[in-house]
Amino acid sequence: MKFTLSWLRDHLETEATLDTITEALTDLGLEVESVTDPAAALAPFTLARVLEAHQHPEADRLRVCRVLTDEGERQIVCGAPNARAGIVAVLAKPGDYVPGIDVTLGTSKIRGVESQGMMCSEREMQMSDEHDGIIELPSGEVGERFVDWLAANDPARIDPVVEIAITPNRPDAMGVRGIARDLAARGIGRLKPAPDVVVPGSFTSATGVTIDDDAREGCPLFLLREIRGVKNGPSPRWMQDRLRAIGLRPKNFLVDVTNFFTHDRNRPLHVFDADKLRGNLRLHAARGGESVLALDGKTHVFGAGQIVIADDSGPVSIAGIMGGESTGSGDDTVNVLVEAAWFDPVTTAYTGRALKLSSDARYRFERGVDPAFTRPGLELATRMILDHAGGEPGEIVQAGAVPDTARAWRFDPQAVERIVGMAIPESDQIATLAALGFEVRDGMAQVPSWRPDVQGEADIVEEVARVASLGRLQGQPLPRPEGVTRPVLTPAQVRHGAARRQAAALGYNECVSYSFIDRAAAVLFGGEDEARMVANPISSEMTHMRPSLLPGLLRAAARNQARGFTDLALFEAGTVFSGGEPGAQEFEIAGLLVGRDAPRDVHGGERKVDPFDAKADAEAVLAAIGAPERVMLRRGAGTWWHPGRHGILGLGPKVAMGVFGEIHPRVLAALDVKGPAVAFTIWPDRVPLPRKQGAARPALVLSDLQPVERDFAFVVDRRTEADAITAAARGADKALIADVRVFDQFEGGSLGAGRKSVAITVRLEPKTATLTEAEIEAVAAKVVDKVTKATGAVLRG
Amino acid sequence: MDALKAKYLDRIASAADEAALEEVRLAALGKKGEISLRMRGLGGMEPEARAATGAALNALRDEIDSALRARRAALGDAALDARLADEWLDVTLPARPRRQGTIHPISQVRDEVTAIFADMGFAVAEGPEIESDWYNFDALNIPGHHPARAEMDTFYMHRDPGDPRPPAVLRTHTSPVQIRSMETQGAPIRIICPGRVYRADYDQTHTPNFHQVEGLALDRSLTMANLKWVLEEFFSAYFGTRVKTRFRASHFPFTEPSAEVDIQCSFEGGAVHVGEGDGWLEVLGSGMVHPKVLRAGGIDPHEWQGFAFGMGIDRIAMLKYGIPDLRSFFDSDLRWLRHYGFAALDMPALHTGVAR
Repeated sequence: MKFTLSWLRDHLETEATLDTITEALTDLGLEVESVTDPAAALAPFTLARVLEAHQHPEADRLRVCRVLTDEGERQIVCGAPNARAGIVAVLAKPGDYVPGIDVTLGTSKIRGVESQGMMCSEREMQMSDEHDGIIELPSGEVGERFVDWLAANDPARIDPVVEIAITPNRPDAMGVRGIARDLAARGIGRLKPAPDVVVPGSFTSATGVTIDDDAREGCPLFLLREIRGVKNGPSPRWMQDRLRAIGLRPKNFLVDVTNFFTHDRNRPLHVFDADKLRGNLRLHAARGGESVLALDGKTHVFGAGQIVIADDSGPVSIAGIMGGESTGSGDDTVNVLVEAAWFDPVTTAYTGRALKLSSDARYRFERGVDPAFTRPGLELATRMILDHAGGEPGEIVQAGAVPDTARAWRFDPQAVERIVGMAIPESDQIATLAALGFEVRDGMAQVPSWRPDVQGEADIVEEVARVASLGRLQGQPLPRPEGVTRPVLTPAQVRHGAARRQAAALGYNECVSYSFIDRAAAVLFGGEDEARMVANPISSEMTHMRPSLLPGLLRAAARNQARGFTDLALFEAGTVFSGGEPGAQEFEIAGLLVGRDAPRDVHGGERKVDPFDAKADAEAVLAAIGAPERVMLRRGAGTWWHPGRHGILGLGPKVAMGVFGEIHPRVLAALDVKGPAVAFTIWPDRVPLPRKQGAARPALVLSDLQPVERDFAFVVDRRTEADAITAAARGADKALIADVRVFDQFEGGSLGAGRKSVAITVRLEPKTATLTEAEIEAVAAKVVDKVTKATGAVLRG
Repeated sequence: MDALKAKYLDRIASAADEAALEEVRLAALGKKGEISLRMRGLGGMEPEARAATGAALNALRDEIDSALRARRAALGDAALDARLADEWLDVTLPARPRRQGTIHPISQVRDEVTAIFADMGFAVAEGPEIESDWYNFDALNIPGHHPARAEMDTFYMHRDPGDPRPPAVLRTHTSPVQIRSMETQGAPIRIICPGRVYRADYDQTHTPNFHQVEGLALDRSLTMANLKWVLEEFFSAYFGTRVKTRFRASHFPFTEPSAEVDIQCSFEGGAVHVGEGDGWLEVLGSGMVHPKVLRAGGIDPHEWQGFAFGMGIDRIAMLKYGIPDLRSFFDSDLRWLRHYGFAALDMPALHTGVAR
């Protein structure tokens, strides 16, 4: 919402400075977004008189002028047709910044003739689009500041323009008068009394209005006044200045009047050319499919239930949003019908949204226009039209009635202190409410018709507090929990944090990617289904909710590789989606290793990353969140993993706590990542929380007896899993065997194709007595027996 | 006997290495060594002479033995010194590489915020990022026609044309978590709700995903003055310097009264310095929870009242750590991650200070 200072002063009697006013507005909740003071840009320029103007010797269209300035005579080359002896012009000197051409002037030679300045057009001063000639003032002294001349002779041209942001609850502040009312309530001036205008009609209009039952809710009140014999045309200067200042283009007087009251009083109006309408106006709900060519030059098709304003020929206007092109007023309009109606905010909002059509009228009606001001607004407009364009007013035609919005809420003078924590004397509270238009009687506050937002006691409190200024609020300590601060995080939250910090401790850099991925990546990770599709994505790169963090990490890896980083360890911890409904999400932590495990270095220890790097890190993260040590490994995870080189870290056969492995080469190729690339994904919330126990650890039992380690090498089929061998060995004597570890493996060679040797070490920890050689041999024999039976292994001699 | 002693001690002293020394040992004390043979010869002596000679031989053997040991130790030392002298290492070579992981500023700041609010008794509540329009809008006093719905640039999830259900929305704020928490926990309550939110907007200062933290405190008599105290305490702890706030009246459908909150700062030298100067920077929206919102959460507004606030995690991270571009947060540029990231062990805690 834009307005000018002088426009505000139409409604507010105040001596306050612009700064005071803008600070108060922001504090009141009418946040000032910008202040444009045209005088600032015009400050350097002074008036000068042209003494002589000669033809430029080298150019037909240029004149060489002798100009009298405050610093004596100067020579200026000027191309304006009106540059001639005797006129008073606006001078920009070398060193001055000319806003309209964005240039700081210097002394220059134009076609060989020196020019010591510039006489400016309005466009060059950024005052208007006028550029037919230089500014030619009817008065003024040489050397007088241009802004001073404007202040005295044409103040509208340096009228400061203020733009404020209007929150949706304040439709009343979408009229200048509403803004003035807020300022007056704050104590910045006095709200001027509003003229109470009634213009009696002298004839009965031929155009009638009816509202169909199905349109009563959307349009409870519709007023129409015919004025005959007006002389339309350009608006008076003051009106054009006002509208231009707030960014509107003046059209013709009748249209300008509607725009003026829209902004002056938040009272949208519409004017029909009476001679272009056929028969009577009828408001009805659209059946759907009707259309109208609106003033925006586009044809809009009504949806069922939207309110149509129609004449006998069909739709002529979209109720509350935009009038029709064919029945609008033009310069030649002689008989005009002025419409003032009240359209329901909800209906208007839905219609505007469905038609994707914005207008000043829609913006206001959907937020709530003062219903009680419908007729007074029409009377004011009539008066203004008659005053400037003449004509004869008809009687107002009314359909429907003013909707009753009268309501009152309890006024509790203690409430402000109780809710806001600010003490304000009751008399001040009542004065504030009165200034805002509330009537306080018998402990009740009657809400003014222009404040649809006030819907309860809390709103009354807000009004009082806001006008008193929240800037006065003093902090008061929030009662603190007694004693030492207790932990607040849930066990799951603690885990998420632990997983994240562990991944970083393992050397991974944490990334934060968008939750959106593109369709191609979604396909690769099995998430291209419609459930995960966003209905209104902002780009084709962001169409699906990510089913996994890996596509985001792989894309990040590709970007970093393109920047020359080949060895990467990236991780992300965040939400992944299994569908498109609330709850179809899970916390995931994923790590990605690409390239070598370390940069090439003098020690030569680096190597390509492999699935066991990912496995180690996955196990470390699982350990950090307290997952059970024993996991069941299986294959068969998603198609984005290398089919033979990945493992599901299972908790039993059903629950997958995570997956590690090598990324499928086709996925890498599709995402432009140069491999090798290995990764892990872990879902911490699938890991059951440990049963609650005290902080105490179980007792540590240490044996003084010498442990014994025995090594075994087994030859097995190359697809026999080491896990099967160690599990079998462990089963040989559960009491005595403390640990079984694989320490060597090799394939082929003397073993023959398809065979491998797996060497394990078995650690025996006796509990009661040192083991004898015979006992050791007995356990060893059992180990061999178990492993052989379980895997078909052969003990290597 | 003296000659014998002199001979061997001399040979020991002149032994140049371990092998030469061993030769001397064998010659003197080996099975067929000179002293060993003599000792064997003791058996044929008269008892008296045997005692005297035996003692002398034993003494000689011990003396030679310790001379051997001493020499061996000396040789060992010399050899070690020589080896060490040779074992010169270019210690200016780079150390073995070790990957250095980092924590993203969003995670770090989230932990910082959590630590500070935990001290004031606020727990952490979380909720779904895909929401029903009821939780995201209606329950928060934003009915279907409300202009705020259109202004929020909401992302919707796909619905088949025939599906009559209203589309699920990507939450535009973390406020739905407040409703869900009120439903499950009731009042009194103190929570913060950090998390990812979605708005269909992308330019210099907007990304389609960003992160918010909202707060909610309900009790019998909490006021906006308590809110101001909480926020000033928070910002002061967070920025590590006393920060004043300025409350300005505003409007949010879910609070009444509502206030925009500015923090004190200076803009000297083109950089923002929080807690200095007399400028103000808008960072937060807040207010007293609207009675309708309380009712939507199943809480009686006549019994309970309190405040809510919300701010951008990314934004306060930018302010504190001087990160210029919001979009860079989501780019995963390794150089950026290393430069703005935090060490894994840099876990924010009040006793160590939350500012790094």
